[in-house]
Amino acid sequence: MSVGIAVENIVKEFPITKEESIRVLHGIDLEINTGELTYLIGESGSGKTTLISIIAGILFPTEGRVNIFGTDIYDLTDTELVNFRLDNIGFIFQQYNLLPALTAAENAAVPLYANGIAREEGVERGKAILDALNIADQCEKLPRQLSGGQQQRVAIARALIHEPRIVVCDEPTAALDAGSGRRVMDLLREVALAPDRAVIIVTHDNRVFDLADRIIEIEDGRITHDGKELPDAH
Amino acid sequence: MGWIALRMLTGDRVKLIGLLFGVAFSTLLISQQLTIFVNLIMRGAVAVQEVSTADVWVMDPSSRTIDVFAPMPSTALERVRGVDGVAYASPMLRSNAVVRTPSGDLEGVNIVGVDDATLIGLPRRMAEGDRQALAEPDSVFIDDTGSRKLFAEDEQVIGTRLELNDQRAVIRGIADAVPTFTSQVILYTRYSNALRYAPGTRNRLSFVLVRSDSDHTPEELVAAIESETGLRARTAEDFANDGLWFIIENTGIPVNFGITVVLGFIVGVAIVGLTFTLFIRDNIKQFGALKAIGVTNAKIRSMVAIQAGFVGLVGYGIGIFVAEMFFILNSGVDTFKGFYMPWQIPLLTAVVTLVMIMLTGFLALRSVLKTEPAEVFR
Ligand SMILES: Nc1ncnc2c1ncn2[C@@H]1O[C@H](COP(=O)(O)OP(=O)(O)OP(=O)(O)O)[C@@H](O)[C@H]1O
Ligand SMILES: [Mg+2]
Repeated sequence: MSVGIAVENIVKEFPITKEESIRVLHGIDLEINTGELTYLIGESGSGKTTLISIIAGILFPTEGRVNIFGTDIYDLTDTELVNFRLDNIGFIFQQYNLLPALTAAENAAVPLYANGIAREEGVERGKAILDALNIADQCEKLPRQLSGGQQQRVAIARALIHEPRIVVCDEPTAALDAGSGRRVMDLLREVALAPDRAVIIVTHDNRVFDLADRIIEIEDGRITHDGKELPDAH
Repeated sequence: MGWIALRMLTGDRVKLIGLLFGVAFSTLLISQQLTIFVNLIMRGAVAVQEVSTADVWVMDPSSRTIDVFAPMPSTALERVRGVDGVAYASPMLRSNAVVRTPSGDLEGVNIVGVDDATLIGLPRRMAEGDRQALAEPDSVFIDDTGSRKLFAEDEQVIGTRLELNDQRAVIRGIADAVPTFTSQVILYTRYSNALRYAPGTRNRLSFVLVRSDSDHTPEELVAAIESETGLRARTAEDFANDGLWFIIENTGIPVNFGITVVLGFIVGVAIVGLTFTLFIRDNIKQFGALKAIGVTNAKIRSMVAIQAGFVGLVGYGIGIFVAEMFFILNSGVDTFKGFYMPWQIPLLTAVVTLVMIMLTGFLALRSVLKTEPAEVFR
């Protein structure tokens, strides 16, 4: 276990009018270890999505630094940052965000395609990882022919297929019923967790907290709890 | 990523059809209207172009086109023949007359009197009958479009007697001629006959058709004829263009067609622009997800370019094909007789379509490139 992500004094402000802006994150300091499943919890509007977006390199912070395995990602040029994401980060979105025109296997292989891998090879590797996620029989289907839980598995496959060192999930179970939500979380713990990989999951779902190695709570843009257990209020 | 771009496009049938329809429709509108425009204008030149044996036309100094002219005294023919470099010169008489058909209808016609001996001035091809039949007494040829105007389909045209300004005329042949801009019925006859048919004024020679000899270019001959005879001379090519420009300058046609072409462009841009923008907007989440995963703006740009290129190419192909089919299927209709699509039109339409697609693609793309990938998390 080592430090995978170091977040230093992250401040994020969003402009609301020309002169005014609101501060959503107030100087977050955080280190996230590899080999752990870290949960990020907090009330709606507390800044969870904002924080993991900044960690994942898809939202510029107003102040502060994010260092991922030794790289200060916001010192990179735009193109370098995009390529850094492609090589190092796996995303799982709440809304799955699969490409509706691609089959499950092709969707799973999108990061490979972005890296220039040929279609057939991508499909083969997509099938392999979908097999590991127990939906090999759904490979040829389009997203709209899949259930929510199945789509989320395809999204997980897509997040892991290129073996990124960081996996970021924003409420991966929010659109699922309790049963499938639990199964997806179990699966994530099973397949995403690796000794040299940091996994951050944003969630509201208190039924799955027992799967976490570490729980961080933020309130109004400040960290208010950090530990193995849930904060007392829960 | 190219195949993914295409799959995104074809995966959305309704929008794809909308896009193709937009491009095809504006391509069709632009190319078809331009073709009609060009061909209509060209009809101001066909009467000159049809007389392929003459390379210089000589006329009264005030004459402007083959339809707008002042007659010359018949001595002009001899004066032209006296100019050095003239291989041969033949007279042409053009005049308006009224015919009475056997059924008693009156119709305004254009009489064209051609040289008795050489028949220079007659259209090259006959639809029916033989050129030599013009030598027979009172013989006239009618142009094919005119024959359909004057006679019903089952009526016998050849052999029909007409009363031409109270003179007897017999139709002995049908000439295969491209309709002229005025689209009047044309009756061809020998020059000597034409003198009888045309109402009698002293000067009745309309044009002298000249062939230059091998030692002189038409341009040299034009200069020589003008300086030696005081008449106006034009090369056949210039004179054909005069007729064309006369129409452009004196009718509303260019403006009207210009408006249609501009409308075609605007409608095309509107349809294509809207559907393409909507298509991109709808896919913004997908592009955002791709960006978040690690697809560079350059790759996204080329994906949209591939989509635009596909839509442009297929839509353009459909549009040009339908336009071409329109003219092929309607070639039997007199209004479109002889219409063809000069190669410049598909090219120009392609350029216009390209601009249209690039413009809308570029605008649609801006919103994609501007999206912060974090948008897809929200
Ligand atoms: N692009 C933006 N422009 C303006 N304000 C924003 C923007 N993104 C987020 N905010 C604001 O920042 C605050 C934190 O938003 P964020 O999405 O990070 O919350 P969250 O903890 O993920 O909430 P939820 O649990 O509802 O997803 C909110 O008050 C939100 O309105
Ligand atoms: Mg959120």
